[in-house]
Amino acid sequence: MAEMRYLRAINQALADAMAADPSVILIGEDVSEAGGAFGASRGLRERFGAERVIDTPISEAALAGAAVGAALSGLRPVAEIMFMDFTTLVMDALVNQAAKARFMFGGQRSVPMVLRTPHGGGLGAGPQHSQCLEAWFAHVPGLKVVCPSDPASAYGLLRAAIADPDPVVFIEHKALYAMKGEVPDDLPVIPLGQAGILRHGRDVSIVAYGAAVHTALTAATQLAGEGIEAEVVDLRSIQPWDEETVLASLSRTHHLVVVHEAVEAFGVGAEIVARMADIGFDELDGPILRVAAPFMPVPFSKGLETAYLPSPERVAAAVRRTLA
Amino acid sequence: MSEPTTPAAPSTGHNAAAELLALYRSLVLIRRCEERLSTMFADGEVPGFIHLSIGQEAVSAGVMAALTPQDTIASTHRGHGHAIAKGLSLDGFFAELLARDTGLCRGRGGSMHVADMSVGMLGANGIVGAGLSIALGSALAHRTLKNDAIAVAFFGDGALAEGLMHECLNMAALWKLPLLFVCENNGWGEFLPTSKQLSFSLEGLAAAYGIPHVAIDGNDVAVVAAHAARLVAEVRSEGPRILECQTTRVRGHFEGDAQKYRDPDELAALSERDPLGIAAGQLAAMGVGETALSDIATEIAARIEAAVAAARAAPAPLFEAAMADVYTGAGIGQPAMQGDA
Repeated sequence: MAEMRYLRAINQALADAMAADPSVILIGEDVSEAGGAFGASRGLRERFGAERVIDTPISEAALAGAAVGAALSGLRPVAEIMFMDFTTLVMDALVNQAAKARFMFGGQRSVPMVLRTPHGGGLGAGPQHSQCLEAWFAHVPGLKVVCPSDPASAYGLLRAAIADPDPVVFIEHKALYAMKGEVPDDLPVIPLGQAGILRHGRDVSIVAYGAAVHTALTAATQLAGEGIEAEVVDLRSIQPWDEETVLASLSRTHHLVVVHEAVEAFGVGAEIVARMADIGFDELDGPILRVAAPFMPVPFSKGLETAYLPSPERVAAAVRRTLA
Repeated sequence: MSEPTTPAAPSTGHNAAAELLALYRSLVLIRRCEERLSTMFADGEVPGFIHLSIGQEAVSAGVMAALTPQDTIASTHRGHGHAIAKGLSLDGFFAELLARDTGLCRGRGGSMHVADMSVGMLGANGIVGAGLSIALGSALAHRTLKNDAIAVAFFGDGALAEGLMHECLNMAALWKLPLLFVCENNGWGEFLPTSKQLSFSLEGLAAAYGIPHVAIDGNDVAVVAAHAARLVAEVRSEGPRILECQTTRVRGHFEGDAQKYRDPDELAALSERDPLGIAAGQLAAMGVGETALSDIATEIAARIEAAVAAARAAPAPLFEAAMADVYTGAGIGQPAMQGDA
């Protein structure tokens, strides 16, 4: 085992994918000469050349659409959108073009592209640079959506996303870029659609993804002090999501709390809760609860943003309520 | 609409008559296919919306004559002509329009999404301007893969008002991509003349982005073919070019549109610029007899009727097979990605 930062794991996954397959290209604003706004593609232009690591103008719609056209024409493009908030500018390319192409053309060709983008708050970046919009994309048939919580899953899922024949929205959390974590020496690929259990427990299942996984783990540690053993499931993939693992965990603990940083209303948590209320109804010994952001834009002020983000205390309170 | 500044057509050489006859065949094929669709649509046999390119066939026939099978095109909602001229399977085309399982898109796309990847036709598109960035990416792929192919983006004058147009012109010029922009300027964007939608001309826009632009009579297929051949060669070696074809939208925005917003005199005058009539006149002047034209008509009518008959006899699509194509490799009989317990 070695230690690696989350951002470095993404960089390594990009480099390894490009080395393994000459049809993988990177395209986005500042990905080439600057090495990425957050440094995810640092060194890749030097290694693979400007023909495969391509700086674009500030033209999100065209660069995303170009990724679709390139994917239909023999490449495996990895497009970067600097902040998830800016995916609002690429909705046609993703929703009407990438997501539909395979289906609407009768299976003639797949669209093997990845759109990498960071989401999330905690940096005081304000309402237009902090949003978690993953539910929008998870709602669109044809797109896959993943969101790793640590360096090992960032590496493994990005390799799987680039190798995948379908369009994948790969969501990174800005607040995790500097995070260090253990990664296996052989850096395994993690198949899309498989959750991981990060902490075993008998009393309650807490399902989370992305940075919220760490909120859940902190809450689980607090709850252990009260004699409550929480199982923490890292969803890793949001679409498709691993309902078997979630259901199996629920079947052991009989209580479920879902945590995410995105707005609670009409979110990913609502889908998980509804699904478990259906197929897991007989296993439930308490209400299924969600801990997520309130229905408001992400505020700038540190105090407001801290109150906005899901906290371990709120997760612990939800656990106590479902166990009551 | 101002008169196009049409440069003289470059010489087509001593095989001019044979080349024009081949182009004429393409014109007739597109026209007869769409007339057949128009009738079947009126009879309720073609579902959904269809947008016919009657009057604009010379753009498709002329540009596609300059392309190789490896070259790719991205099309518009008015894309039948592009697809047919690029050489798509006629049986698959009619089967798709009739929503059959044997359709090119297995009955899932219909008129606005006809695609035939086997001939480099990357799809008609229901979103105005969306094909521009797909062609941009395809051109980028051709260059990265060093396969000597080019991409062609077809768009109408209505798409000039889309932001994506400007992003794509900039990137194509900046990167000198092997991309030919072909504007089918028919003067209309849905129900409003584009003169009431645009504060600029494509010529001016081309100058702003530094892309060589030529405006031609898009209804004279010999003119289109000659300029397309020259521009395609330039695109292959030098970078993007814009071909603006002044053409005529004879039918409404969509089939069934009574076009009450158009001046009856304007509509009546369109027949003077009919691409088939222009080409037939040129062929007659070259000494090509009526028999050659009627032979083409007979052959094409038979091909179309065979395709229609095959489509009518073809099975309807299966829901399970459609579900299996939302994601690659989902497979029939396997659980969907989500939703089935």
